Amino acid sequence: MSIRQGLLALLLDGPQHGYQLRQDFDGRTGATWPLNIGQVYTTLGRLSRDGLVETTGDDDDSLKLYALTAAGRAEVEAWFATPVQLPDRPRDELAIKLALAAETPGVDLAAVIQAQRTATVEAIQDYTRLKTEADPDADLGWLLVLDSLLFQAEAEVRWLDACEQRLARPRQPRQASQPRATRVARAEPEVRA
Amino acid sequence: MMIETVLSMRDVSRVHGSAAAAVQALRGVNLDVAAGELVAVMGPSGSGKSTLLNLAGGLDSATSGEVFVEGTLLAGLSKSRLAAVRRRSVGYVFQELNLIPALTAAENVALPRELDGLSSRKARAEALDALREVDLADLADRFPDELSGGQQQRVAIARAVVGPRRLVLADEPTGALDSVTGEDVMRLIRGRCEAGAAGVVVTHDARLAGWADRVVFLRDGRVADAAGPRPEPEALLDGAAR
Repeated sequence: MSIRQGLLALLLDGPQHGYQLRQDFDGRTGATWPLNIGQVYTTLGRLSRDGLVETTGDDDDSLKLYALTAAGRAEVEAWFATPVQLPDRPRDELAIKLALAAETPGVDLAAVIQAQRTATVEAIQDYTRLKTEADPDADLGWLLVLDSLLFQAEAEVRWLDACEQRLARPRQPRQASQPRATRVARAEPEVRA
Repeated sequence: MMIETVLSMRDVSRVHGSAAAAVQALRGVNLDVAAGELVAVMGPSGSGKSTLLNLAGGLDSATSGEVFVEGTLLAGLSKSRLAAVRRRSVGYVFQELNLIPALTAAENVALPRELDGLSSRKARAEALDALREVDLADLADRFPDELSGGQQQRVAIARAVVGPRRLVLADEPTGALDSVTGEDVMRLIRGRCEAGAAGVVVTHDARLAGWADRVVFLRDGRVADAAGPRPEPEALLDGAAR
């Protein structure tokens, strides 16, 4: 997903100023993904260039009122209708970390797993607390975002449990020359600079 | 404000069986749970979670170490004294609800108080209070089979907290419930703790553990780690967008 689609979605409600869009985006997603005003205006500029929004009012960025064009409306409707594909999501640093820890002598994989589990459960505690503080009627969008974060974190803990169970099984020593081309090709580990 | 410890486990070990067949279920566990606090216990099967809960509630006794409930050392109590501590101080919520089918919701909740020697009238009044707390006062005179799974679980919680019980122990309390109903159950247990009880919930479900103030991880009978709340949950949201 990009800021583009987020802003187009907000404009379905009617024309808005850039600063309103930024506030709305924060409000509806509970500031899960904070935007700065510069990003908002840059993105609006591109949307305008591409014919997805049109502006009325002053030339000054802060006074311009942005509205969806027919093409913009079609684009955002298509976005809502299209499921997000798993491979579109960012690479999972944690999976790569554990994969490396598993094969690196001297790294205590069980300790790496437990440290992660503790951190993830702490995140779950925090999300749960935020959820209890939210207003079930006024903050519906925010609650859905929190639920999403909670389910993702829960899935991570379950995956860690599965890693640990796998770890507890006796291992066959691997033959050094055994090719692992398919695995490498699929994982395409990308090391961040 | 004075912090009052309701459950205190000191260097508690439990060995099941003997000699060659001995299984060490718990090894030197220390755990304090204060009034107002909810603690979740997580761990793989066989890590000692249920043993810990049974020891905390006086359903099992430690091989070594000490368990105190509201300041009373459980070891060495006579059977009847121990039974009295269990009834008066400890409430249990199990995955199997163990509601008695021939009794109404109110009668199920009142039963432990009648066993405590309260008059039926007083026991019923307390039962209705407890049912009100779980939002079931309207259905007090229904039988268990006339209630949904979620409602039955709320009756079981009311029974666990009826009267002056200060220690609430729950073993996978949301068992077969769907996730929203399971959340309601945790909300109730949490509410009871905020009203002054101490709670211990054993669960494999990290989302339920999220309701706890503290999460204790058991591994091979030992406390492997603990997760506590951090002061500023908002700081976490930056990371959430990664």
